Amino acid sequence: MKKRTLTCISCPLGCQVTAEINKGEIVSVTGNTCKRGDVYARKELTNPTRIVTSTVEVIGGESSRLPVKTRTDIPKSMIFDCILALKGLKVKAPLKVGDVVLENVCGTGVDIIATKTIKTF
Amino acid sequence: MKYDIVIIGGGPAGLAAGKAAKQAGADSILILERDHELGGILNQCIHNGFGLHTFKEELTGPEYAERFIDKVCELGIEYKLNTMVMHIEKNKRVVAMNSSDGMFSIEAKSIILAMGCRERPRGSLNIAGYRPAGIFSAGTAQRLVNIEGFMTGREVVILGSGDIGLIMARRMTLEGAKVKAVAELMPYSGGLKRNIVQCLDDYGIPLKLSHTVVDIRGKERVTGVTIAEVDENFKPIAGTEEDFDCDTLLLSVGLIPENELSKEIGIEMNPVTNGPLVNDRLETSCEGVFACGNVLHVHDLVDYVSEEAALAGKNAARYVKKGSGAKAEQNITIEGKNGVRYTVPSTVNPELMEDFVTVRFRVGGVYKDRYISVKLDGEEIIRRKRPVMAPSEMEDIKLHKAKLCEKPEAKSITISIEEG
Ligand SMILES: Cc1cc2nc3c(=O)[nH]c(=O)nc-3n(C[C@H](O)[C@H](O)[C@H](O)COP(=O)(O)OP(=O)(O)OC[C@H]3O[C@@H](n4cnc5c(N)ncnc54)[C@H](O)[C@@H]3O)c2cc1C
Ligand code: SF4
Repeated sequence: MKKRTLTCISCPLGCQVTAEINKGEIVSVTGNTCKRGDVYARKELTNPTRIVTSTVEVIGGESSRLPVKTRTDIPKSMIFDCILALKGLKVKAPLKVGDVVLENVCGTGVDIIATKTIKTF
Repeated sequence: MKYDIVIIGGGPAGLAAGKAAKQAGADSILILERDHELGGILNQCIHNGFGLHTFKEELTGPEYAERFIDKVCELGIEYKLNTMVMHIEKNKRVVAMNSSDGMFSIEAKSIILAMGCRERPRGSLNIAGYRPAGIFSAGTAQRLVNIEGFMTGREVVILGSGDIGLIMARRMTLEGAKVKAVAELMPYSGGLKRNIVQCLDDYGIPLKLSHTVVDIRGKERVTGVTIAEVDENFKPIAGTEEDFDCDTLLLSVGLIPENELSKEIGIEMNPVTNGPLVNDRLETSCEGVFACGNVLHVHDLVDYVSEEAALAGKNAARYVKKGSGAKAEQNITIEGKNGVRYTVPSTVNPELMEDFVTVRFRVGGVYKDRYISVKLDGEEIIRRKRPVMAPSEMEDIKLHKAKLCEKPEAKSITISIEEG
């Protein structure tokens, strides 16, 4: 039996939630004050995901960096691969919020999109 | 030049104030922004976590800003970029400067202060040693990394656990730097819980509470820092020193409202927030001059900035149309007591107020299972249980007009934290 303790971030209370894991299965969750803590711990321990944000280089734009994000969350384990995939990427202005900058990043099925409108210089 | 309403600052506060003023019927509105684009600090906050309350989705800073900028453009609100406001005068003349118009002045009927805040300068830190290169405020580092695309270092120690520092710990880690530790003087974090988890825990970055930097090494460039634990009087404890090699020290030690302009016209300030004292219409002690956003008090959630600013905009529009109409003797003072460090606003006028007024405040420590008690001339009118309150999370409570009008002679409201 393994124990993992994490801080629930679903509300400012920030309960320390402990999960007992047996052969990769969560057998119990304790320490949570409400149901959301249970849901949070199970998701975090079985399939943690994050939205990743970064910037890429812009050519011919009124600013030189374009802020970008994954359209939806991707597996936490893919964060660094995703960042690596953006290294050296160059995009041409003009760009609008929501424009796809890179499709299906690292095979996650999730696109990288622009989070800012950048006009040409 | 003449405008009904001049808004100083084109960040989220200025934008939301402009939008609300226009929607409340004001026509002649001008936003003055010293930067080359609208959006304020949000432009460098490329992370997500903005707008959950307002748009029911999680946006990045630039996305949140763009929604408001689009609205401002759609409503045809005028703005001037690269324009720095130099002075304001009691008669509401605004003196500004830019490269195409030079120095120019504008007569305004109402002014909305929305200048945001700046980081505490490092001079205010008492760290011994030289001042080598490689020491940055977290916000400066954020701008360099996110807007200029310039990495400030490879091995990093962060002093202060404010949100900007936490966000930068993650950002620099993703960009390939090694963030060795975040030291926080207080026994609790200065940032949001969510940021501790997603910016530090996710990457195994240690948060050292009750710790501070006692020494910075290096002459030309930082080569390392020493961190030590502090006692309850914030004095370093001998024998707890720990050395870290690093080329960068980020300081995330708090923000202060940018109020040089406000002070010029003698606006009464709140020594706790370093922002103006305001009534429930967010009007300062100078009639027709309103304040909102981080210039009023430092916010951690932009949604509340927009909400607050909309109120300032609406009231400025009303002031332009109808004048003040306020009688000082109708005001009820609002005061924070017993753990409540300050309140915004600090007075409320039951005659003129809307159906309810949102009072925002911060507490001075971490409290568990306590009550917020609101008393009107000593008699409790609201009691709310809060499972947890912390200095890093802004609290609010609503005062209802109907309740205040029940006691027309009342003079004061206190908001305090109480047990059981
Ligand atoms: C690093 C960081 C991370 C944050 N993370 C989050 C988050 O995850 N979620 C969230 O909801 N909120 C977050 N916030 C909070 C939120 O972004 C701020 O509270 C909000 O941007 C404040 O808006 P403002 O308009 O008052 O100030 P600002 O955005 O600072 O805008 C003020 C504007 O006024 C201009 N100005 C100042 N003086 C003058 C002058 N004399 N003349 C002309 N123009 C002037 C400035 O150039 C600036 O554009 C974060 C803040 C920071 C700093
Ligand atoms: S478990 Fe419930 S009460 Fe505790 S932090 Fe999570 S959401 Fe908040």
